[in-house]
Amino acid sequence: MIIAASAGGVLVWIVWVVAAAACVGSGVAVVSFSNPFYSALALIGNLGSLAVLYLLLSAEFVAAAQVLVYAGAVMVMFLFVIAYVGPRTEAPWQSAPSWQTLAAVTAAASIFLEIIVVISLKASGRLAHSDHVNRTFGSPGWIGRLFLTDHLLAFEITSIVLLIAAVGGVILGSHTRRRDAEAAA
Amino acid sequence: MLGPGVAWYLAVSGFLFGVGALGVLVRRNPLIVLLSLEIMLNGANLALIAFSRHAGNGAGQIFALAVMAVAASEVCVGLGLVVAIHRRRLALDVDQLSELRG
Repeated sequence: MIIAASAGGVLVWIVWVVAAAACVGSGVAVVSFSNPFYSALALIGNLGSLAVLYLLLSAEFVAAAQVLVYAGAVMVMFLFVIAYVGPRTEAPWQSAPSWQTLAAVTAAASIFLEIIVVISLKASGRLAHSDHVNRTFGSPGWIGRLFLTDHLLAFEITSIVLLIAAVGGVILGSHTRRRDAEAAA
Repeated sequence: MLGPGVAWYLAVSGFLFGVGALGVLVRRNPLIVLLSLEIMLNGANLALIAFSRHAGNGAGQIFALAVMAVAASEVCVGLGLVVAIHRRRLALDVDQLSELRG
């Protein structure tokens, strides 16, 4: 019994290490590729490995939604626009890095350091999982029940946000076409 | 307890957030800025779901799903802007697109 449990623990650790390494590597790849097409492909890998991490955290429905909504719909939209705009690579930085680059790198590094310091100060040993989550934790039915009882307001506000974004996208698209016609006339 | 604790997930989440912030601040192509923004949102999502599992409470997962919906609408508007910029033959460079600056 104990041997089986420890073997399961080792297996979970192996899956975690592989998924986390893929996640970190593809995250760095997204930022460092100069061609946005490759960046988008790397982000698909990032989202997939994140879905594996969600599964390890027994968030089954969120993992499925991640793969369907993010790695599916959103990334298809991204790739479509990248193909429409054309794969332009970014011009390299001229000469020495400007003050803007230096400030950006400093700001990102300080955010990263702050996060690491806070985690290492607060998380030492006290953040262990409570083992007893029941079997329905994270299942679609459980999420749906939560959405329609405790979090009904969030559910409705989400639908309104999506509707407004869709209308905004349509307005952004059609407005410029009229402008172009006026500019051409 | 099986597998890694919350702190390990938080480390990955913090790293993703930092890398995404670096991309948003350094890169100049608006498409890659949007992709880096997605990485930041996903780092936050991972922290939310790790804490949801830690506390045995579903609110974190609900919040993560709401963040996903907001990210989808943000991508919709952002890509609409990119297409509008492309139609007007402007350069796709966030440093040159400074007309809206006050």
